Amino acid sequence: MSALTHSGMWRPAGRMVGHPVVRVVLRRAVLAVPLLFVVSALSFVLSSLAPTNVIDLRLPSGTAAQRAQLARQLGFDQPIYDRYWHWLVHALGGNLGTSYVTGQRVTTEIGQRFPVTLSLVIPTMLVMFVIGVGAGVASAVRGGAVGRAIDTLSLVGFALPGFWVGAVLVSLFAVRLHLFPAIGYVSLAQSPTDWARSMVLPVAALSLLPIAVMARQMREAMMDVLASEHVRMARANGIPPRLIVGRLALKSASMRAVTVGGLQVVGLLTGTLFVEQVFTLPGLGSGLTAAASTGDVPVLQGIVVFFTLIIVVINLAVDLTYTLLDPRMRTS
Amino acid sequence: MTTAAIVEPLDSGLAPATDRESTRLLRRLLRRPVTVVCMVWLAVVVIVAIVAPILMPHVASQNAGNIFKVLQGPSRQHLLGTDSVGRDVLDRLLVGTRVTMLGVVESVFVTLVIGVPAGLAAGYLGGRTDRAIGWLTDLTLSLPGIALVLVVLSIFPSSMLAGMVTLGVILSPFTTRVVRSATLPIREELYIAAAQVSGLSRFYIITRHVLSRILGVVIVLAAIYAATSLVTQTGLAYLGLIVPLPAPSWGGMVGDGISALTNQPWLIWPPGVAMTLTVVAFGLLGDAVRDVTAERWSGARVQRPGRRRAAPMAGAGPSPVAPAPASDALLCVQNLTVRFPSRGSVRVIDDVSFEIAAGETVGLVGESGCGKTVTAMSLLRLLPGDGEIVAGRITFDGRDLASLPEEQLRRVRGREIGLISQEPMVSLTPAFRVGWQLALSVRVHHGVSRRAAQATAIELLRSVHLPDPGLVARLYPHELSGGMAQRVAIARALAGEPKLLIADEPTTALDVTVQAEILELLRELQRDRGMAILLVTHDWGVVADLCDRAVVMYAGQVVEQAELNPLFRRPLHPYTRALLMSDLHNAPDLDHLPSIPGSVPKPGAWPHGCHFHPRCGYATAACRDQPIPLEHPTAGRDTRCIHADQLSVLR
Repeated sequence: MSALTHSGMWRPAGRMVGHPVVRVVLRRAVLAVPLLFVVSALSFVLSSLAPTNVIDLRLPSGTAAQRAQLARQLGFDQPIYDRYWHWLVHALGGNLGTSYVTGQRVTTEIGQRFPVTLSLVIPTMLVMFVIGVGAGVASAVRGGAVGRAIDTLSLVGFALPGFWVGAVLVSLFAVRLHLFPAIGYVSLAQSPTDWARSMVLPVAALSLLPIAVMARQMREAMMDVLASEHVRMARANGIPPRLIVGRLALKSASMRAVTVGGLQVVGLLTGTLFVEQVFTLPGLGSGLTAAASTGDVPVLQGIVVFFTLIIVVINLAVDLTYTLLDPRMRTS
Repeated sequence: MTTAAIVEPLDSGLAPATDRESTRLLRRLLRRPVTVVCMVWLAVVVIVAIVAPILMPHVASQNAGNIFKVLQGPSRQHLLGTDSVGRDVLDRLLVGTRVTMLGVVESVFVTLVIGVPAGLAAGYLGGRTDRAIGWLTDLTLSLPGIALVLVVLSIFPSSMLAGMVTLGVILSPFTTRVVRSATLPIREELYIAAAQVSGLSRFYIITRHVLSRILGVVIVLAAIYAATSLVTQTGLAYLGLIVPLPAPSWGGMVGDGISALTNQPWLIWPPGVAMTLTVVAFGLLGDAVRDVTAERWSGARVQRPGRRRAAPMAGAGPSPVAPAPASDALLCVQNLTVRFPSRGSVRVIDDVSFEIAAGETVGLVGESGCGKTVTAMSLLRLLPGDGEIVAGRITFDGRDLASLPEEQLRRVRGREIGLISQEPMVSLTPAFRVGWQLALSVRVHHGVSRRAAQATAIELLRSVHLPDPGLVARLYPHELSGGMAQRVAIARALAGEPKLLIADEPTTALDVTVQAEILELLRELQRDRGMAILLVTHDWGVVADLCDRAVVMYAGQVVEQAELNPLFRRPLHPYTRALLMSDLHNAPDLDHLPSIPGSVPKPGAWPHGCHFHPRCGYATAACRDQPIPLEHPTAGRDTRCIHADQLSVLR
């Protein structure tokens, strides 16, 4: 037995499983499976609670026979576990069903809408990291008036609802100053400059809250690190403040930035719902809103599952970044 | 009956009663003007939410107003203007308050009703319950919350109750986590244990004792969730998902304003301002409650009253400082006084003076809390917190470190004075390799290239006798043992080739065998490099092993200093004598190790006169009357004792 485990044949696999990155991926995957199961089952059970609503929405003035036929067509005459099993098998094969409203495949719908949401979320994250981390670090290092100003700004960032900020931005920069288009989406492939112009205001509206959260958290993280023993010893060793802040402390504090960043992406999914509506961007958020108001259950479920997948991926990315940033994660 | 008798004193005496606690909290909150403004605003909002729909019953069902007066700005007749179908904006804003606040109440209620009991159970019961709740919390936190709210809303169209209840459920894991971590420490407290022993039921203890203590936390959470829920509620109303038309809501009004943005930009402002002010009010209120409860439990307020008055001044202003020393000592500390403004401005170091000659090893000795470490740290002006040197002179190589500009002092740190600490494991930055951190110091001190710095770093690691320095350089701090970490710390301190090394209890955290190795290393470095060492320690064995001279500190003062031989033979201060007697090496009989009765008084509680007199067998009235000055009975010896001549030879 021991000869077997020590032979060359077994070693690579053993090393692979032991590798921290593999371990992190495995752990997340093990969590993701029940999570996706729970989410999809939950949305299935919920939608089966009141199936008549869907039929009401689709056939507001249909006859009883028509209604019955639609119910059969949608599979409502089957028991719920049969329908869920059916959906699950198809979903595992990459088929999330067909929209009640457009007749399009849900995956196609998501495929069209995802780039719009991405072009909103990715610049927002960049802005969040650059401004949020910068402001947080600056206020931790400078303190005093700068710190108070950043605290006040972050309170404002917390308090202003994104969709209202969007409206204010449109009325100011689009309607009055004509600097940016008020609404609408131009894809990056069509025209990069128009794409950029169309994204400025939505990104500004969406990033206010994440910037506020990030600045506040980074300020705290940075102050914690700057008060730590290893920073004191680095100072005792004559390391100049700019190196202490920029090299030593920033890397330790960046753990917090990653955690906050990950949580904020999840928060951004909420934000897109409202901001996409204000700027009439055809992304996942407005898809979700439309599906909710028309009772388009397959699209709703599809986007919910897709959102859950995004969250799983983000959590995985956060964990992997931890192992990169903190050597202790790699060995423990 | 017996149980009740035991319960009563518990309730009235040890545990804070709920009603008293909440009134105290309220009284403190009302002392802050900002908080009062927030509370008034929220009270107005709540009153409007209740009253407005009753006074204006027609507004909620009004489909259109005066269609000849649509999208008007503010006027005398319509104070906030009219909307896209000519309805009065002010009326709708007031009436729409109810549905907005109702949504907030629904969501906050649900999140607390689920989250608080779950958090209490997880924190108080622990074990399997804790793990199960923790797992559920993690799962819920990974759900795409808002998407699930929309799923629910597609099933219950336009049902705000369904939407806000779902939101409350989704927010509840945050509550659970916070309440759990607030409960954990309370559970360990004495009066809870007492309540358990007296046979009270868990349910009674949790509801009666624990809940009252976390009241502040729950209020803070409620305020945060109120703000979050308000933003989400208005958002969902804006999307038209929870408030069926034509009923007014703040979010719906913003939506109306957005669709008329080109013609009447004014319309988004009244609901927007109402939303923002209410959210800010919730946020500030939450912050205020957090601050007030933190004050309450950290006991920070104790030092507030009469802070200035409480500060005992040594005469008027800093004590007179002697002129720069004539001696050729490497380091000369004169009348050093250190104070912490945040700790009621009491002196922690009082009038400390001593010298270190080039190449000399001096021990700074005393019990914990005597100010040894603070003295050592003040030499580099690296006092923890807001500690400050308020008087005195630290002459090093002709410069006064106490008044040197920060940037010049930085060049002294590491390059002329090195420091190693008592906690080697946390003195290196965890995120970087050992070799990189050493090379950084080398580059800073010698301005050499990256490659040369790396080579020097490995040389340094070799010079502190680390086996395989190339390998150690590639390790991270957490991969080192305590002894290795201290060697690395010494290597880093050597990077700038300092003339003086401050070693603050360098062996305290290490195993006995490793201690000896580190001491041996220090001795060798001192011998080979001619480096002076200030060794902070409470261990006479270490002093005897390494030092030429010892400076003994007690309660913030130097009480004696002398060369080792005369000091060990005949100490001239009762404290030194007692300290020597209580040391293992001097004990005549290990079964009766003498110890000094009492303990070191905290700064601020120093007795009048000699600081040691309450614990001293030689104390007389004169010792209590006035401060005792540091005397020089013979050459090279100082003592702060007026009875020095009564102290006999030790052995």
